[in-house]
Amino acid sequence: MGEQEAAPLLSLSGIGKTFRNGTRALDGVDLDVAEGAFVSLLGPSGCGKSTLLRIIAGLTDPNSGIVRGREALSGQIGFVFQEPTLMPWATVRDNVYLPLRIHDAGRAEVAERITATLEALGLQGFEHAYPRELSGGMRMRVSIARALVTSPRLLLLDEPFAALDEITRFRLNEDLLWLWQQHRWTVIFVTHSVFESVFLANRVVVMSPRPGRVAADFPIGLPYPRIASLRTAPEYTALCRAVSGSLAEAMA
Amino acid sequence: MSAPRSAHSGRWLRILAPLIVGMIFLACWDGVVRWFEIEPYVLPAPMLVAKTLWTDGGSLLGSLWITLRVTGVAFASAVLLGGLIAVLFSQSRLLENSLFPYAVALQVTPVVAIAPLIIIWTRGHYFLALLICAWIVAFFPVVANTTLGLRSVDRNLAALFRLYGASRWQRLRYLQAPTALPNFLAGMRISGGLALVGVVVSEFVAETGGAETGLAARILESSYRLEIAKEIAALVLLSLSGITIFFILSLVSRLLIAHWHESALPDEE
Repeated sequence: MGEQEAAPLLSLSGIGKTFRNGTRALDGVDLDVAEGAFVSLLGPSGCGKSTLLRIIAGLTDPNSGIVRGREALSGQIGFVFQEPTLMPWATVRDNVYLPLRIHDAGRAEVAERITATLEALGLQGFEHAYPRELSGGMRMRVSIARALVTSPRLLLLDEPFAALDEITRFRLNEDLLWLWQQHRWTVIFVTHSVFESVFLANRVVVMSPRPGRVAADFPIGLPYPRIASLRTAPEYTALCRAVSGSLAEAMA
Repeated sequence: MSAPRSAHSGRWLRILAPLIVGMIFLACWDGVVRWFEIEPYVLPAPMLVAKTLWTDGGSLLGSLWITLRVTGVAFASAVLLGGLIAVLFSQSRLLENSLFPYAVALQVTPVVAIAPLIIIWTRGHYFLALLICAWIVAFFPVVANTTLGLRSVDRNLAALFRLYGASRWQRLRYLQAPTALPNFLAGMRISGGLALVGVVVSEFVAETGGAETGLAARILESSYRLEIAKEIAALVLLSLSGITIFFILSLVSRLLIAHWHESALPDEE
């Protein structure tokens, strides 16, 4: 309720989705996303949060409901999948070049931009490597660089760090936050980890499963920059406990 | 220490093992000919075949060259047109569904059965007749493999292309074509050998007394004259050509995808 001063960047109302096999993935999802917000969509597997993200991106059409604000964002959305989803035949640099290439940007004119994006994600020195030569964490960095190279206004991430080990995941959490504080793109981050959602977002939306609905909406008032030491701070753990409780309720 | 040694011995094994098998085969052959005192017009000893290869090699090579020329053109057009057909199929399900069964029909009909018709229809254009027959045999592996490859794009990568509003052409050029390259190359490797088989089989059927006859004509001719050593020498040349084609195409395909594709990577790092 508190974030309604300006018109939201994105406004979903009554979103419903039933798959062809009859599974009702989403039912009546209402969600407003303010510009510059970092929203975590939290829920158990099968609550339709990935489907919701694909609907927001325009990759899937809902059966009912409307998404307002997407037309204005056309061409300004970045998407990061759960898998790095890189082209195995292309180098790191060419993978990051892809969205610009699709937008007909010449290689030379965007060279500096690609270099800057690679550096921002700590990929300097790896630009000529092929994906198979990289670790899982580095591949995910390339995937994020590809999403960011177009300077999107809206960044959608679908459990991007779920397959990584904890140490790598924490590092990437912190790096992503650091980049977000600099650029303030609007972020919708899908995750099933309570700790990850609270650490990153200034708003956690809890979803209930089968069919997916918004069960609870938590503002997270922890100040940025959030650094590693926050993970053991009492106010962080208290919020995690509250979100955890509401997640358990949503699943019951 | 043990890893590099085993990799090294692996390479030697790949060359040495088939060589040893070949030696054993030749020794057995020679042994059988000597032991049963088989006449050379039934089964010549390996040394006699080698000698014939040496003395008649020149004229046989001339015929081989004619066969290989047709093979080369048939192979090139099979790869080119096959690739093009696959691209068209990948762009339209309707097109694929309407035409694919006929491609299969063409493939499963034995070329010896179609060759006489084609020879009649081409009205004595010997080269053209052979070319068409060999093409029919060789184009299908390229079409089938490439079509499969063009359809096997990563779903999420395809979604990303949609998200960024990629055109059909961009999708084909930057996503489908690279994805399909390994399949295309695999099809090409099969197609190379098949083109040679297609030409030789059609030569057998055509069997005209024209001035320019390929290796098949020489095989038939030596068979009639009971020059079995020459016949086998021609066969040896033929299979050597097939093996060479296969290895050249394997090398080409390795060079093209070595930097990224699993199939071209060493067994273990």
